[in-house]
Amino acid sequence: MALEDICRFKDRHHKWFPFSSLEDTDTSLYMMDYFNLRWRGLRTSEKNSAIPLDFFTPPSANSASFCLPNHSTTVRRPFPLSHGTTTLGFIFQGGVIAAADTRASAGGLVACPAVHKITPIHSHLVVTSSGSGADCMLWERILTREIRLYQLRHRRRLSIRGTAKLLSFMLHPFKGTEVCVALTLCGWDKEAGDCAKDLEDSYFMSDESSSADVTRITDSTSPKSGPKLIYVCSDGARLQGDIFSVGSGSPYAYGVLDGGLKWSLSKDEAISLAREAVFRATHRDAYSGNNVDLFHITAQGWSQRKREDLKEEYYRDMEKRSKDRRGKIKRE
Amino acid sequence: MFYCVLGFGDPGKMKDYHYTGPVEHKFSPYAFNGGTVLAVAGEDFAIVASDTRLSEGYSIHSRDSPKCYKLTDTTVIGCSGFHGDCLTLTKIIDARLKMYKHSNNKTMTSGAIAAMLSTILYGRRFFPYYVYNIIGGLDEEGKGAVYSFDPVGSYQRDTYKAGGSASAMLQPLLDNQIGFKNMEGVEQVPLTQDKAVQLVKDVFISAAERDVYTGDALRVCIITKEGINEQTIPLRKD
Repeated sequence: MALEDICRFKDRHHKWFPFSSLEDTDTSLYMMDYFNLRWRGLRTSEKNSAIPLDFFTPPSANSASFCLPNHSTTVRRPFPLSHGTTTLGFIFQGGVIAAADTRASAGGLVACPAVHKITPIHSHLVVTSSGSGADCMLWERILTREIRLYQLRHRRRLSIRGTAKLLSFMLHPFKGTEVCVALTLCGWDKEAGDCAKDLEDSYFMSDESSSADVTRITDSTSPKSGPKLIYVCSDGARLQGDIFSVGSGSPYAYGVLDGGLKWSLSKDEAISLAREAVFRATHRDAYSGNNVDLFHITAQGWSQRKREDLKEEYYRDMEKRSKDRRGKIKRE
Repeated sequence: MFYCVLGFGDPGKMKDYHYTGPVEHKFSPYAFNGGTVLAVAGEDFAIVASDTRLSEGYSIHSRDSPKCYKLTDTTVIGCSGFHGDCLTLTKIIDARLKMYKHSNNKTMTSGAIAAMLSTILYGRRFFPYYVYNIIGGLDEEGKGAVYSFDPVGSYQRDTYKAGGSASAMLQPLLDNQIGFKNMEGVEQVPLTQDKAVQLVKDVFISAAERDVYTGDALRVCIITKEGINEQTIPLRKD
């Protein structure tokens, strides 16, 4: 198969991960092949300057045969990793809203109450992360690097769908391992002159984006530009849609969003809806909390709303409820 | 070795003195050697402090094994967890610092060291270094910087952070005293160097009272633009 050849899948299946340490630059840059599919010729010069991202696995009894790292022979880790979150993103007439809480929990402890779960990749793309903190941080850095390299080499910016596809292929070798990454790419595709050279498949188009009641794209001739929301996960899923919420608090966020989301929301209404969804999710989910980060992406780029502590919002909400209760008792 | 590794996550239960049924013993490449590390960043200084006890299970291997390692004139790293991995990791960082110095003709900045450490740790994603790192130093503008890591390389810049066995006890105390969290109507004064050093000493004395793996002595490294000043203060030895 063509894809198998490009990924050199057949060569690698007998030696899934190199049993070598990070400092040994003589070993094959296995991971680098996946990032530089078309630029293998440059690899020798890159080898000296780039830091190889080899992965080290503990020697296991049956090391000769093909063995996934999450097999029972793997070393048991004595510490928990950061997990648990609420992130969401949705598209409306004024662009894309991305919102997330800021708590990183490791086991039962709050490892950090002020994490940045929404990271800008470039001026028109932000990515919300959920899953394991270290995995998300590193894969975002790798994605930023690859997108920047693409832009420098091809003199145009890669589309959001192309970015999602690239990320999905980079994560594919780690399917079945403990890597846990669930990213939502929220961005705005700029109008591109040479659409024919796009990486994306031309036939794949989700139903939601084509059957919009109001034209949402500034340039209505090309459906490839405009707001985009794509969910990419380390299991291999790659989904385009209008509304996504990821994480342990996502059921609560979906409930609020499904109730209030309309295409015709104004910018302030959309922001307050996103804030409300994250607030309700942090209230009910133990692993989400602290503050809410909000990003708004339009054709002009992303803008970040000041980080807000939800403790104040909770007390305001409690005030309001007790006032309502007092009002009801008076009436009766 | 097996029980003390379990003990780190669970609240201490003396499982080995009760018969719990047939148990499979397996070689674990990890051991937990205890220790607490703390770092605080100020306006023009940074403090990295650690206790000096090296323990394993119910034994103490050494009372004089500090966990702060000097990397450059403006950066100190504190590593706690498994001592074997701490030593190897610091050797690798030193080697990479030298490589950088030789190829770029300048010393690595604190932010650059932090980013590099993140990739070093993630390179061992599937067989991690069992080390909780905290880097303290001065950034390019001369302001104090603290970078805290998890064992697989997730990091961010903080104002203060505690890591290691007593971290769950110390972090709320630091949140309150340095971050002024969970208090109402308090004037938020910036931290002076003397007040910060005194706070670090007090905080470690409290940790030594309540955490069995922390004690013996406290090593404090104060990083300013003049250099790194080290102090050793005795703690409880029991």
